[in-house]
Amino acid sequence: MTDLVPPGAALYLGALLIPLLPRKLRPVWMLVLPVVGFLQLLSIDHGQFLQFSLFQYQLTPVRIDALSLVFGYIFSLAAFIMVVYSLHVRDVVQQVASMVYAGTAIGAVFAGDLITLFVYWELTAISSVFLIWASKSKRSYRSGMRYLIIQVGSGVLLMAGAILWAWNTGTIEFGHLGTATLAGKLIFLAFGIKCAFPLLHNWLQDAYPEATVTGTVFLSAFTTKLAVYALARGYAGTESLIWIGATMTAFLSFYAVIENDLRRVLAYSLNTQLGFMVVGIGIGTEMALNGTAAHAFTSVLYKALLFMSMGAVLYRTGTIKGSELGGLYKSMPYTTIFCIVGAASISGFPFFSGFISKSLIITAAADGHWILTWFVLLFASAGVFHHSGIRIPFFAFFAHDSGIRCKEAPWNMLLAMGATAFACVFIGIFPGPLYRIMPFEVDYQPYTTTHVVTQFQLLLFSALAFSVLMRTGLYPKETPSTNVDTDWIYRKMFPTAIHAFARTAGRARAAFDEAFFDRFDKFVSRVYRHYGPAGVFARTWATGSSVIWVLVLLVLFLVLYYS
Amino acid sequence: MEKMKPNEKKYWLDDPRNVTKVYYGVWVICGIAALADLFYDKHVHFFWEEWFNFYGFYGFVGCVFLVLVAKQLRKLVMRPEDYYD
Repeated sequence: MTDLVPPGAALYLGALLIPLLPRKLRPVWMLVLPVVGFLQLLSIDHGQFLQFSLFQYQLTPVRIDALSLVFGYIFSLAAFIMVVYSLHVRDVVQQVASMVYAGTAIGAVFAGDLITLFVYWELTAISSVFLIWASKSKRSYRSGMRYLIIQVGSGVLLMAGAILWAWNTGTIEFGHLGTATLAGKLIFLAFGIKCAFPLLHNWLQDAYPEATVTGTVFLSAFTTKLAVYALARGYAGTESLIWIGATMTAFLSFYAVIENDLRRVLAYSLNTQLGFMVVGIGIGTEMALNGTAAHAFTSVLYKALLFMSMGAVLYRTGTIKGSELGGLYKSMPYTTIFCIVGAASISGFPFFSGFISKSLIITAAADGHWILTWFVLLFASAGVFHHSGIRIPFFAFFAHDSGIRCKEAPWNMLLAMGATAFACVFIGIFPGPLYRIMPFEVDYQPYTTTHVVTQFQLLLFSALAFSVLMRTGLYPKETPSTNVDTDWIYRKMFPTAIHAFARTAGRARAAFDEAFFDRFDKFVSRVYRHYGPAGVFARTWATGSSVIWVLVLLVLFLVLYYS
Repeated sequence: MEKMKPNEKKYWLDDPRNVTKVYYGVWVICGIAALADLFYDKHVHFFWEEWFNFYGFYGFVGCVFLVLVAKQLRKLVMRPEDYYD
């Protein structure tokens, strides 16, 4: 029975009923949908379902295996928590969009062929943009437009790659693809855009912080982790991913340190976490892929928790700029605690979730003797503690007292944050259940004396560095600002270039007009002067004078003829 | 949203002396974490991990590097808030 409906369908089909329900029932219905979806995943068997043939190709809309189930579970869990967080939202567009978005993301991780994947890929893009537009500002409209163009563009690349792949291999099954063929490269690029590879990353920092308070929380979970899943499925063991991932972990840390919009700081740090997962895929061993899956699982939770806490701050104070905040621990003590739990988890403190997932990837890098990568990952671990672990809670809730006094977050937000914080700690202390659902058997013990002590050293001395830099005034101040990133290319350079081109072309046109058309016009008007209605040749003359002129001409003709 | 009232309750962290205490507290905890290295057998992948407090030094230097480079990056990328508007 459960295999007759694709996973995720409960959410995206159920979402279509939301507008038809009475207002008060809608939140209840939205809480039911992810639960139904989750129960379906618990009862479904491994295998391929609902297969049918389209022309000569075999479509597999549903494929259930261990790797897809990890992502299915966490997406369902995240959707439920996020619905709780957004129970106060009355905007039906956001309600429908968020459920369709979560549902199609779940559908995508169970897609067994590239065509089904493409359909879900584009549906996640289209549904999620409404969460950005729901902010209803000119800024969010434009940002959403850029987001949509890039996301749909990624889908177009995927489609092109899929067609080429089918042409070359005769199958559209979504298995290992590799980068050896052009088709493989195109699909790699499509996944890379959605996974926010270096220099393709900026749609994320551009769009996510422009979404609504609850929209950003939804966005943080699905799109990029779907891309991680797709890469793990199609490109495990592709060495270039190690370098790409390592770059992702490190280079945006610098932006995260100087960004003033705290939700944007989190968007930058989201990239660094994706980098860890991408490195795991690149290494491609069982341990590394377990690490990627486990880290995707834990990062959905702690990232959501951090975005929820910053969302609560934005909801209550109306701002999320580091330069305007501070001292909020007095007004929002619970939110502060939950934020710190999220911060400890992303930093990988022992007994918090990040510790037991990130270390799988770092250990896999050490096992494979990827020494440079290992150093970069260690640097990124210290860095992420710095910009997300300390900076976020510090500038929002502590630092100098901004004088803002507000109410604590609403009960539904606190409940969602509390549950997520509990999950982060539970997974951190008892990693067993999470390890059991990994795609491969986990043979790893995170809690050894060496690991715990060295991790504490790494993090505590990072905290010391922060304290010393703050104390000595070397730390860059929170300043109202925009930091230009790769989006500068299409938000400033292209428009400026186009305007410059338009101006130059306009001038050239004017010069051409002057040189050619003006002379032509003068010629025409001269002709007109003689032949126009008022011209000398158009004058009406008296019959008598005409007869005289005809006579003169005839005489002249005779004279010339006979002379 | 309300503003701060003039004679509201004082919190422990409002006193700068306590902030100083926290600051030195961080030093003390770091000292303990570093010294812990002397009391157990390390099981490591690479030889440099066995050096005394390697992770601590690496974390400290890494973070200082991160912040100082980011500060220089500001000169290159920082624009007014309404730059794109």
